[in-house]
Formats: sequence, structure tokens, C-alpha cells
Amino acid sequence: MNAGDERPRRDIGATGPLRTLLRRGDPYIWFTGSALGISLLLIGGLIAVVLINGLGFFWPGPLVRVTLKDESQWTGEMMRREPIPKPGTPEHLKHHRIQLKVGNRDLLGYDFKWIDESEITARDEPRDLVYVERREYGALIGTPALLTVDGAEKAREMKRIWPELKSLIERARSDRALVRKIEKDRIGAINRRIERARLRERRLDLAAQRQPERDFSAERAEIARLRERSQEEYRRAQAELEEVVRRAAGASVTFATTSGGDKELRTLDIYRVYAANRLSFFGRLRIYGARLWSFIVDDPRESNTEGGVFPAIFGTVMMVMLMSLLAVPFGVVAALYLREYAKQGSLVRLVRIAVNNLAGVPSIVFGVFGLGFFVYMIGGTIDQVFFAEALPTPTFGTGGILWASLTLGLLTVPVVIVAAEEALAAVPQSMREASYACGATKFQTIWKVVLPAALPGILTGLILAMARGAGEVAPLMITGVVKIAPDLPLDGDFPFLHIERKFMHLGFHIYDVGFQSPNVEAAKPMVYTTTILLLIIVLLLNMTAIVVRNRLRRKYKTSAF
Amino acid sequence: MNMIETNTARHDPGIRIRTEVRSFEAASGTAVPPVKTSIDLKQVNLSYGDNQVLFDVSMKIGERMVTALIGPSGCGKSTLLRCLNRMNDLIDNTEIKGSIKVGDRNIYAADTDVIEVRRRIGMVFQKSNPFPKSIYENVVYGLRIAGITDKATLDEACERSLKSAALWDEVKDRLSESGLSLSGGQQQRLCIARAIAVEPEIVLMDEPCSALDPIATLKIEELIYDLKKHYTIVIVTHNLQQAARVSDRTAFFWLGRLVEYGNTPEVFTKPKEKLTEDYITGRFG
Ligand SMILES: Nc1ncnc2c1ncn2[C@@H]1O[C@H](COP(=O)(O)OP(=O)(O)OP(=O)(O)O)[C@@H](O)[C@H]1O
Ligand SMILES: [Mg+2]
Repeated sequence: MNAGDERPRRDIGATGPLRTLLRRGDPYIWFTGSALGISLLLIGGLIAVVLINGLGFFWPGPLVRVTLKDESQWTGEMMRREPIPKPGTPEHLKHHRIQLKVGNRDLLGYDFKWIDESEITARDEPRDLVYVERREYGALIGTPALLTVDGAEKAREMKRIWPELKSLIERARSDRALVRKIEKDRIGAINRRIERARLRERRLDLAAQRQPERDFSAERAEIARLRERSQEEYRRAQAELEEVVRRAAGASVTFATTSGGDKELRTLDIYRVYAANRLSFFGRLRIYGARLWSFIVDDPRESNTEGGVFPAIFGTVMMVMLMSLLAVPFGVVAALYLREYAKQGSLVRLVRIAVNNLAGVPSIVFGVFGLGFFVYMIGGTIDQVFFAEALPTPTFGTGGILWASLTLGLLTVPVVIVAAEEALAAVPQSMREASYACGATKFQTIWKVVLPAALPGILTGLILAMARGAGEVAPLMITGVVKIAPDLPLDGDFPFLHIERKFMHLGFHIYDVGFQSPNVEAAKPMVYTTTILLLIIVLLLNMTAIVVRNRLRRKYKTSAF
Repeated sequence: MNMIETNTARHDPGIRIRTEVRSFEAASGTAVPPVKTSIDLKQVNLSYGDNQVLFDVSMKIGERMVTALIGPSGCGKSTLLRCLNRMNDLIDNTEIKGSIKVGDRNIYAADTDVIEVRRRIGMVFQKSNPFPKSIYENVVYGLRIAGITDKATLDEACERSLKSAALWDEVKDRLSESGLSLSGGQQQRLCIARAIAVEPEIVLMDEPCSALDPIATLKIEELIYDLKKHYTIVIVTHNLQQAARVSDRTAFFWLGRLVEYGNTPEVFTKPKEKLTEDYITGRFG
């Protein structure tokens, strides 16, 4: 006899506690709920880590000066404090050390220093200590000692230099803008003219090879004249630039530092100065906001470890938009064929499965394909046919924003196809019949009734595609992203949109700054802030699409009848 | 008709009914007052794949009158109606034999322009299906499709159709609102307005009132009564009172065959067929 038989028989309707529990379904709720909870926790944790590390980066902390037992002094910004690990000894984790951002890389050779607290004999926060953001070598931390203008002494000591400094730095900012304008706009334009003249000459050479009997001397003379004129202009612009720089570079400040003597800096090279220990809370907040703002709108400096990420933001947004512009129409048209025109059979089903599975192909494979097909084959052919004079320098036969967008478009088009197909399938048959009954052709029905009604679903596809495309890095690395791009792919230079140019991208920027930078410690917070930016941009792009979609949904909502 | 014959009809309707229909057609000259024929169906057979749905349907539908198609569910009324504007073309594996003449033209001839056929034969569906566009755009849809862009023409057509559909007064101040914002009955009248905006000759209606309340139904019935001055109307309905009220002629279908076709009062008061009688007295259906 087994145990089951001895169980008391229950009346109909009576249940044990376990059965009640199972019937009510509580365990399933816990089970499914905890799965969701864990994933939310992981995602939330990731975002929290990124936010905490990234957002603190711009906060101007106080500057400390510590004196050590050996009489040496160190100044810097407090980064963190941690117990010293000495495994196996009783000292393990007993004592603490602090990390100072000491700056002055040009004088010291490093930016950060760990100091054992047991070594410290005195610690204070001098009010004259300032934090300087400058063109090269990272931050400078020191005390202003001397201000000279055109070689003549203007002021000594913090309290006399400080009031002067503000306006000088203001002027330095506009001087830099002027220099930049001359360099980029004027000299840049002249350089492009010279380059065009060179290409024309090269074209003539090529033509001369083909038609040896023709006489090209008139054209050649013309080109020579053009070049002569451009070079003259170039010399003049260069002279003007030097003059501007000379005038701007007149003022300089000498800072006294605790770590290797004095340092003289031209005000032209100073981007921002603040006396960290004199700031009120709101003063700090202002600096924080200003730093955050320049991070977003400035160009990067010092191989991306300083300055802003504007070109990367621009490149990311433009790449995503180009990609959407390519992938969405293509995907929608493909979905239209699959859903509306193709005879529904096993072949179409096969295609559908294949399209769904394309999403599983590693993105680097798309990248390699893009490099081989778009860059080398198509780009190479374009170069041979249209830009022969520029060879061997490739124009389209090298990575660029167009090829990168096309590659990512290829990567995301399955997402669009699947979403668009579902959206098309969801358009009720009755709506199509109504259109046909009015005497519409198939194309008119699709164009005027089916597509508008499917638009919200198609936008869902766009949203998914953008989210996927904006986060991809691997295929971009071989199809057009670079660490530093000299020019944006969209600028005031004719024809304004330069789809062949290389570009910067936030995702690649994260990889580059975080793992390729010579100064990892300094770059770490940049990784987080760049990540936040990338997240925000994806969010913004998606929000826009979602708002549009919801508006359309309201418009096309099917009524209760 | 005696009992034995009725039983035969029930067990083997095919043979008997075909002869009956023939006899009706032969008699139609006298039974039905002479009117111009608008649609002339001859020996229409239709199958969806292996499933034959219509068997040898032949009937003449008169111009500018209302013809009601009645019969139990699944007997092929909608299918027949959809044959009349070639809506069945949209369904794969549909095979149709026989001829359907509208005017002098067989709409199933190889060189027929289907679009033109559908423009001349409008359709109103069982479930109202306005487009998710404005009321105005719903009404002028057929005109826009036909390539008319002149604002004045469109405005005029919109007003005329909405007036004919007895909807103008209710929506004239909100033409730019979505067609889906209307009530069910209004939506159905909007669909009627859409169908008549292109000025078709024939309007097909497939149970246009089945989703409506009695008042909305009444409105549509009045509308049908008005419309028949200008249009030939073929209406499918399950509501026998409605058929009796709105139609001039009634055709009773059973299992894909035309059982009886005649003037509505006669079909309802003195049906020739036992099947018809059973159906309209509610003995089966
Ligand atoms: N698209 C289709 N494909 C295959 N068979 C169909 C299709 N539409 C209808 N049928 C079949 O054709 C037969 C007639 O259908 P139909 O819709 O014409 O009936 P009905 O008389 O309109 O019925 P009801 O009064 O319920 O609307 C039914 O048996 C149905 O199963
Ligand atoms: Mg039906």
C-alpha cells in the first residue's frame, strides 16, 4: 500500500493549503515578478553607477594642501580615500590613503598621487590655490604669483592678479575664437582652393595622357595663376594669424606650484580658472554647469581626454539619422512586398524566417561586409570613375559616414521589416475593402489607406532600429569612425553635406577614451559622462519618435464600432 | 405543393430548385412589372477552392429599385453581392463561372476594367469601416482616387453625398473631425455617403443595419427609400421585416441556390415555395 491511499479523502471543494496557494497562483506571481525585479535591478544598478560616476566629474571640489613627514608639500583635489590593502599582515585595511588629483602633468609626469595618511603631518585648504584648465597637459594647480603683459610686470600676488585675470581670460576666449576662425575658415578655404587646383592639374595630366596631341598649356597657365594667387592669399592670412596670436599671447601668468617650481602660462592657453576654496555653493554650481556645458558643445582637446565631445554627439546623431533615412524606407518597401504583393506561401515564410534571423548575425560581420562591399567595391569604383585625379588618396574608397550609415542600415533593416510587416498585417481587411469598393487600385489603397494606418507600427520599427543602431560600435570602427575627425560631416563648406567624411561617434569615443587613452585615470570619468550622453541622445531620439507615434495613434485609433 | 415534394426538396434541393428558378424566370415577365434590367446574372457558379458556394444563380435585378437578398446564414448572400462588384477577386482561389451583365457589359469579361466596375458599383459593408481620416476626406475618398483635385467639386460632392446620406445636418460643422469620432449609425451613413459620392449606378449593401439600434436602423431604411430614386440598390439582410419594408423585390437563397425571387409583397404573403414559407414564418433558419 502506498502513501497516497492513506491520504484522507476530502470533500468536494475542500482544498489543502498548498493547493489553495497554487490555485491562487501566488508562487507564479512571485516567480515572474522576481524575474522582472532582477532585470530591473540590474539595469537600474548600471544606470545608477554610470550616473553617480559621470555626474560627479564636473563638480569643482575643494583643493587641499598636505605636508608630509619628509617636509614635501602636495596640492590637489581630493578624489577618494580608501583603506590600504596589505594582505597577510595585521595592518591589512587598517590604515587609509588618499588620492589627490595633483595636476601639473608637465612638471610631474603624472596627474594623480596616492598618499598614506600616516605620512601626513598637516593638511589645509589655502584660499589662494587655483585650478586652471588649459590647452595642454591637463589641469594646473597652483597659486598665481606674477602677471606680465607684453613682457612688463603688471601685478604680483593673488589679490592683485585675481581681479585682472577675469577680463584677460574673457579676452582669451574671444581671441581663440578669432584664431580658430582664421585657421578654419580663411586658411581652410584657401587650402581647399589649392587642393582643387592640384586636382585640376592632375586631371589635365590624365587627359594629356589620353590625348597627347591636344594642347593644354592655356589651362595649365590658368591653374598656375590660380595657385599663385591662392598662395599669396595664404601668406597674407598666415601673417594676419601670427599677428593676432602675437597680440593675444602678450599676457601671461606665472603660477607657483608645490611640485616642481613655477609655471608660466599665456592667458591665451587658459580656458578656465577658479579659486576652488573661495567658492560658495552656488559658485560651485555655476562652475559645474559651465563645465557640463562646455563638455557638450566644445571640441575635444589633448587626444580626447579633455575638452568636449561635440563632434562625437554630432556624428552620432547624424549617423543615426542617415541610417534611419536609409533603413526605414527600404525596410518598409520590402515589408510591403512581403505582405501585400508576394503570394503567401512557403517561400515567403522562409524569407520571413531568414529576415528574423538576420538580427542574430554579429554586428562585426556586417561591418566586415560593409568594408568589403560598400567601402572597397562601391566606394572604390566611385573613386575610379569620378575621383580618379585624387587617387591614390581615396575619396569614397575609404570609411565615411555614408558607408557607416549604410552598414548600420543593413544591420537594422530586419528590425524595420519585421515591425513594418506586423503593422501592415494589423491593418484591418475591412479598411482595404472599403478602399477597393471606392474604385481604388491596389497601389492607391496601399498608399492612401494601408500605409497611413500602419505608420505608428512602422515608427515602432524605427524606434527599435535607432536604439540598436545608436549603440553599435564594432561595425563603425572599420567603416568610418575615427578618434579625431578634423571636420564635421556637415558644415558651411560647399556642398555642406560631406557624406564621404570620417566622423566621431560617442560609442567609439567611450572605447577610445576608456581603453586607448594614455591617461586612463583622468579619462575614467569621461567614459561615464560620455555614456550618459549617449544614453540621453538615444532617449531623446526615441522620445521624439514615440511622441510622433502617439500622435499618429490618436489620429488613427480605431473606434469602438 | 404537396408534402412529398417538400420532403424531396429538403433532402435534395439541387434538382428541384433549379427547375423552380427556371420557371420563375420564365414567368418573370408577368409576375414582376416590366422595369429596365440593371444587373443580369446568368448561371453564376462560384467556389472558394473546393467549396462551391453558389450554384447556377440566374436573376435579373431591376433598375432604380431595391432588391433584397434573404436566406439563412452561410447560404451565399454576401458572396453573391461581392460578385457584383468583383470584390471576390481579392480572395485567393476564387473561381467563378457564368456571366454577370451590368448594362450591356459582362463584368467578368477578360477586358473589363475592374476599377471602373467598382467605381460604378458602390458598396456598403456590414461593419461600418470609415477610414481613419476626417469626415470630409472619407466622403471625397473615391473622388480623390479618381484624380479629382478641384476643391469646389470636392466640396460640392461632399455636401451632396452627406445630404443624400441624411448626415449633413449632424456633421456639417465638424467635417474636419475624424470619421471615427462618429457614432455607429453615423459611421454607417458616412460609409453610405462615401459610396454614393462617386455617383455610382448601383449600391450594394451587406447587412448595413446589423450593428445598429432600431432608431439608426430606421434612419438608414428611410435613406434607402430615398436613394432608390437615383440608384439601383441590392441589400442583404437578416431582418425579414426590414426586407419587407424597404425592398421592391426579394430573392430567397438556400444553400447557395436561388429558391424564390419575386415582388416583395408576394414573396412574403404568398410564397410559391415551401422552403420560402418555412423560412419567413421562422420554421427554420
Ligand atoms: N473568403 C472565403 N473563403 C472561403 N470560403 C468562404 C469565404 N467567404 C465565405 N466563404 C464560405 O462561403 C459560404 C457563403 O458565405 P457567405 O458569406 O456568402 O454567406 P452569407 O449568406 O453572407 O452568410 P451570413 O448571413 O452569415 O453573412 C460559407 O459557407 C462560407 O464558409
Ligand atoms: Mg454575409
